[in-house]
Amino acid sequence: MMSEQQLQQATFEYTLRLGDDALVLGHRISEWVRNGPFLEEDIAYGNVALDYIGRARMFYGYAAELADDGRTEDSFAYTRSEREFSNLLINELPRGDFAYSQVRQLLVDIYANLFLTRLLQSKDATLAAIAAKAIKESRYHLRRSREWVIRLGDGTEESQHRCQLALDDIWGYSHEMFEMDALEQQLADAGIGVDVSSLRDDWLVQIREILAEATLQLPADDWKVSGGRDGYHTEFLGHLLTELQIVHRSYPGCQW
Amino acid sequence: MQRIPLISQEQQQRIALRNQPDTTRLWQILDAVKDPEIPALSIWDLGVLQDIEVSNDGVLVIITPTYSGCPAMDTIADDIRAALAAAAISPVRVRTRLAPAWTTDWLSAKGREQLRSYGIAPPEQSGADELTPDSGISCPHCGSVQTRRISEFGSTACKALFRCNDCSEPFDYFKKI
Repeated sequence: MMSEQQLQQATFEYTLRLGDDALVLGHRISEWVRNGPFLEEDIAYGNVALDYIGRARMFYGYAAELADDGRTEDSFAYTRSEREFSNLLINELPRGDFAYSQVRQLLVDIYANLFLTRLLQSKDATLAAIAAKAIKESRYHLRRSREWVIRLGDGTEESQHRCQLALDDIWGYSHEMFEMDALEQQLADAGIGVDVSSLRDDWLVQIREILAEATLQLPADDWKVSGGRDGYHTEFLGHLLTELQIVHRSYPGCQW
Repeated sequence: MQRIPLISQEQQQRIALRNQPDTTRLWQILDAVKDPEIPALSIWDLGVLQDIEVSNDGVLVIITPTYSGCPAMDTIADDIRAALAAAAISPVRVRTRLAPAWTTDWLSAKGREQLRSYGIAPPEQSGADELTPDSGISCPHCGSVQTRRISEFGSTACKALFRCNDCSEPFDYFKKI
């Protein structure tokens, strides 16, 4: 059994992970603003990015409350280096082309809907409240990424080719979403965290159905990469953080 | 005999909040605070303004965000402080509450009509999944239901983009969540 204090520390680390996932993906998606293939999609990505960054603020705000040591949501976002970020690697992969971003979004959106449905049941009232807020948005995200992957996959030869390339490239990063470590196991046992290892079957059912409609091939499970939860990242995260943190690093403590 | 309510239970509860004698005046003051993105609509009618508590420590105003990343929340909190300060009420604290999560069911009947006359179609009951339908939203300009969705995501997080097939005007639709 964990003591009250250990449980609070574990919940803090867990909340920070969820905040990192949301911030890194939100920032990545925001790169589509002014780069979208047409105006509506540009705006749509702006909206989705905002939802994720808002989600990051809710998680970081709660993490700051749990830490209770003077750190704020900004300290978590702006003053940690890549080794201190614990997001899942799939969130930091570059945006690639439009097909690449939509395929990643589909894999993440299906996962988010399953994950948040479980987090709604968390014994931690704040995490459950954040889940209740976020899941409403994730349902909209999923509908969009699903429609796009079907449209591009079952589209022209070129769009189908690009979608399949993206899927084959990203697939190896999807396995990490379902991995449990000691911290997550403790919190799942305590009824606070989600046992993500139990989500993959449902996730795969939805993926198979959508890929069949999109005439895309399910990749083989022959390689996987993980390490994000331990702070081991791809080369892409450092570049992302450089851009995200430059103002705060240049003018420490500045407010605007 | 079966009693058929004309307003939802959520709305009844919200209206009951306003009728507590110690806060009536505060609610009226805050009716002047509008949503910065949709200035036709007060934060009460939008459902963002949740509760007002008065204690020895001053006034606590509780608000809830429509969407997680809604950038208007900071402005709304500032506007609340300014409105109460103008009425010489202090100290004031504004707290954000996440649960229960904001829902379009909290839009008041007045708010829905204000949205429509401002040119934004209010949320409608949609299909089983309750997401935005791809057609059939009533056009706020001409009233036609011969409309189609152009984009799920509009100029702000809370809106989708539609176009009317009859009057050809594009319009925003306030998404149901």
